Order: sequence, then C-alpha cells, then structure tokens
Amino acid sequence: MNAKRQLLALTAGLALAGFSSFATAQEIYIPLISKGFQHQFWQAVKQGADQAAKDYKVKVTFEGPETEQQVDKQIDMLSAALAKKPAAIGFAALDSKAAIPLLKKAQAAKIPVIAFDSGVDSDIVLTTAQTDSKAAAALAADKMAEKIGGEGEVAVIGHDQTSTTGTGRRDGFVDQIKAKYPKIKVVDIQYGGGDHLKSAEIAKTLTQAYPKLKGIFGTNEGSAIGAGKGLKEAKKSGVVIIGFDSGKAQKDMINDGTIAGAITQNPVGIGYKTVEAAVKALKGEKLPKIIDTGFYYYDKTNMKDAKIAAVLYD
Amino acid sequence: MSTHKESARPGLLGGGQAKQKLLAFASLIALIAVFTVLKPDAFMNRDNIIGILQSTTVIGVLAIASTFIIITSGIDLSVGVLMTFCAVMAGVFMVNLGIPMPLGIVLAIGMGCVCGALSGLAITKLKVPPFIATLGMMMLLKGASLIITNTRPIYFSDVEGFDQIALGSLIGDLIPALPIPNGVLIMFLVAVVCAVVLNKTALGRYTFALGSNEEAVRLSGVNVDRWKVIIYTFAGGICGISGLLIASRLNSAQPALGQGYELDAIAAVVIGGTSLSGGVGTILGTIIGAFIMSVLINGLRIMSVAQEWQMVLTGLIIILAVYTDNLRRNKK
Repeated sequence: MNAKRQLLALTAGLALAGFSSFATAQEIYIPLISKGFQHQFWQAVKQGADQAAKDYKVKVTFEGPETEQQVDKQIDMLSAALAKKPAAIGFAALDSKAAIPLLKKAQAAKIPVIAFDSGVDSDIVLTTAQTDSKAAAALAADKMAEKIGGEGEVAVIGHDQTSTTGTGRRDGFVDQIKAKYPKIKVVDIQYGGGDHLKSAEIAKTLTQAYPKLKGIFGTNEGSAIGAGKGLKEAKKSGVVIIGFDSGKAQKDMINDGTIAGAITQNPVGIGYKTVEAAVKALKGEKLPKIIDTGFYYYDKTNMKDAKIAAVLYD
Repeated sequence: MSTHKESARPGLLGGGQAKQKLLAFASLIALIAVFTVLKPDAFMNRDNIIGILQSTTVIGVLAIASTFIIITSGIDLSVGVLMTFCAVMAGVFMVNLGIPMPLGIVLAIGMGCVCGALSGLAITKLKVPPFIATLGMMMLLKGASLIITNTRPIYFSDVEGFDQIALGSLIGDLIPALPIPNGVLIMFLVAVVCAVVLNKTALGRYTFALGSNEEAVRLSGVNVDRWKVIIYTFAGGICGISGLLIASRLNSAQPALGQGYELDAIAAVVIGGTSLSGGVGTILGTIIGAFIMSVLINGLRIMSVAQEWQMVLTGLIIILAVYTDNLRRNKK
C-alpha cells in the first residue's frame, strides 16, 4: 500500500517535472521581483507585465515580500529567481545597496537586470522604469495650493519614512510648498504605513490638533483613503485631500467629493515597460538610463478620459 | 502530563523526543526529495542550496532564542524587533561612534541581553504576562529603532570586514568549491552551544522545569524570578547575534524591518516539536523546523508557484506539522 502510494507520487512528480521542463525549454523566462504583491498598485504593475509577456511571447512571474520593509526576504526571492537561470530579471529594490552582491552575480552570469519603480545605485542595472516621485508630488502641491487658495495650514500623511517613494513624495510636496507658496505652512507630517485605519486615525487627530487645517496630502492609496475615512468619521468638511495612486475606494471618494483629486502613476506602464526593456536588452538594443513612465493629476472631471482611465486601477 | 516529566531531563539530543525529530527530519528530507525530483536543475544546485542555508540563518537563530522562552511556557513577541534594535545599535556603535568591530559586536549582543532582561523583569517583578510584556517591548523597541536612526538605514560600508560576518566564507577560502557563508556556520555554532546550554547546564534545567511546573520549582526553594530573568536575558543575547547576522547580510541596519519575524520564528519552533504549553523542546528540532520553512518557501518559488498559494501551503504545513505532533503524543 505504502509502496504503491510512493510509486504513484513519484510518477506524478516525474510527470510534472517533465511537463514543466518542457514548458520552460522553449520560453524566455523573466522573473519580476517587486516590492510587494498584495497592494492593488503592484497588481496593476503585474497586469502590465503580463500584457507585455503576451505581446512579446515571454514567460513572466511576479513576486514581492509582504511588507516593504522585508529587505532580506526580497533578497531571498532574488536569489531563488537567479537559481532558475532566467533570461533577464526585473527588480524593484527595497534597499538597493543590500542587493548589490546578488546583482553582481547576475551580471557575472550575463543576466540583464532591469530596475523598476525605484532605482538601484549601481550601473549593473541597464535601465530603470519609474515615476519621478518628486515631480509627481510637486504637482500634488500645486493642486493643493490651487484648491485652498494659496494660503493656510496643510499636513502630510505619509506611507513610509524609509523607502525612496515614501521620502521622495513627502519631500517633493514639502519642497514645492516651501519654494512656491510662502503663505502655506506644512504643520505636520505623520506616517500611517499606508494602512487605511492608521491613516484615518492620523487624519482625525490632525483635525483635532490643527482646527484651521485646510488640506491633507496622502502619499499613497492607503494614506489617501485613510485621510478620507478619518475626515468622514470626524464629520469634518472643508479640508481638501489630495491623494496618490488610484484603487476603487479612492476613486469612489473622488467621485463623492471626499478627496479632491489624486496623482496617478502609470503602474500598468511600469510593468509593461520593464518587460519590454528586458526583451530589448536580450536583443542587444541600447536602452536609456531611465524610462520615465509618467504621472497625471486626475479628479472627477477627467477620470473617464481615455488617457487617464487606462492607467487607473480598481 | 507524562511527556513533561519525561522531557524534564532529556539527553543532549532530547531523549524522548527523538521520534518527533525523526518525523520532522523525515518531512524535511521528503520536501527536499520532492523539489529535487520536480526541479532537479534549479533546486538541487549549489548556489540554490547555499541560498536556502543563508535564508535560514536569521530566522533560525531567532527561533533558537524563542525555543528557550517557549519551553518555559512563555512567549516572546519582541524577538524580531529586538533583532532589528541590536542591528541598529551595532550601527550606532560601529558607524556613528566609530567603536572597533569586535567591541561593537559584544556591545550589540549586550544590548540584546539588556532588553531581554528588561522583558524578564517586567514579567517577574511587574507581574505582566509574557505575551503583554514582550508585546509592549516589541512596540517600544520598534519606535526606539526608528528614533535612533532618524528612520533612515545605517550603512556599514565603512566598517571594514563587517559584511564578512554573514557573507564571507571561511569554508570557501579553504575549499573553493564549497562557498558556504559564515552566517550559516554561526547559526550552527549558536545551535550547538545552545543545545549544550539547554541540556547540560542549570540554565537549561530550569528552562524545562519552569515550563513543566513553575509552582513546584518555586516550592522547592528555587528563586524562580531570578532564573526567568536570566533565561530572557540569554534569549535576548541570541537575538543580538541574529541582529548582527541580518545587519551584516544587508550591510545595513534597516530600522523598519523585523516585525512579523517573531511569528516565523515561533512557527519554526513549533514545527520542530516544541510545545507552546511549555516543558518540551529541542534545539535540533527548531533548526529542522526552520529548514522546513525555508526549503518549502524556496522550493515553491523555484516551482514558480503563485505567491498567494505559497502562503496557503505554508499555513497548511504548519498546522499539519503540529497535528502530527499531537497525534504522536496522544498515542502514548
């Protein structure tokens, strides 16, 4: 009985092995190691990567750690991806310095590495497909200034104090306000980890602490939605929220006026361009140092425009 | 319970628990065999095996620390964040203050001991249950790490040889074909030392005794509180070693990392046959448990199993492992 079962398992295993080696033998395989996978944003990046995989007839897998702090787990993923001897690798580094030894290994094995979402401080990566975080957040500051009439107190609910997108968006917003709008004061910067609930609590506390608060900038999807929820719960109106990224909840809040508008990156484009760049690299084409994947401001009025709708995700 | 009495005085390898370890070890071998059959090239190649060994080091050492606490029927939720705190303090000592590396290492481990002692004191003197005391410690230390670093990672680039602690390879220097990183050696060294401590010293005896019947130990005139503080201090020091390993591996102290690692460590401990109700457990079991986790995750990655399913399978394996352990115990 036991022996039979073992034999069965072995046969099944061998069959599977045969199948998978058959499947990989004729495909170009490009794993993407992302910063996360649960967040809708990363799912949109994955969607773009899958689309490119279809268009260019390559095989793509998409993986990322559970939180954007797990630098070591991301490195384990990169290490496992390298073991599969891929044709190329897409990599969104949580901490670019920590990944250098493995990237050097990839370089030695002549595996081209394409960075996406945030750069790597090294010339090992051929190119980086990313949004200019500072410029995008500066646009948020301009829109905020416009909505509150160029003066008053505003606050920032950040998603993260350590990552480049976290600091880039925060600094891009704050610097722009300081440089261009002397009558606007950033009174507080708090971090909610991109968590809806935590960000909502922060928003409520902010309205308590600063009764004259006129605006809140939420630096990612969770921060913006949290800010909206917090203000709703506090029954506070007249505070302008500018958000970042999209997602169904944020889009709903923009439609019902809780959030004035938001900056959207082009996550689908980031995924698509990453795989496209990898394919080009394999063909030996030259790539620019940075592939700017762009950003837009959207609100109720232009949400349905084809150009905007294409980069928003639910 | 008969198992408690029996394991209160185990041999170096855990005596009565040999069977459980055999079972865990068999599961590990079975996992490796399955992945080897399914993906012979990518899984069973030298670089990937070294990758697995390396990915086990940090959680493995943390799990060793947790083993001591869990055997006393306590729990330590702060181990992951304490690891980070020690990494941060290593950065403060070596990078910010320019203290030489050997002394910096000792001080960083010392910080782990201090924090462990504080948890121990909160549990014994303030009578706060371990779950709460270490939960508080976890939050406190996470905040402290962020404050000390001003929320930015500390890089060890200028500390000569620091990355060699985990990434260098003494074995590779001798046998170039076998570049096993030092971090792996350190984990096994910590495991051997801790197995001896757990089974051959007074600290180990009281660790088991407290988990089996704390009241009896107290009534026999032993200073229970003192031993508890010592055990938490010792475990804190082990977390410090883990902090050095992760800092060396990343060549930086990442202040926001670490939360959630305590759960991985606890999973490794229970898969390895240590009972959450205390009194039972071995270091070898824990190390096998840690390897089961990392082999499983690596193997599923190599198979390109979707990440959502990796989590589902890992969860099932944990439950299954503890279930089989219960079955074996109830049979007795």
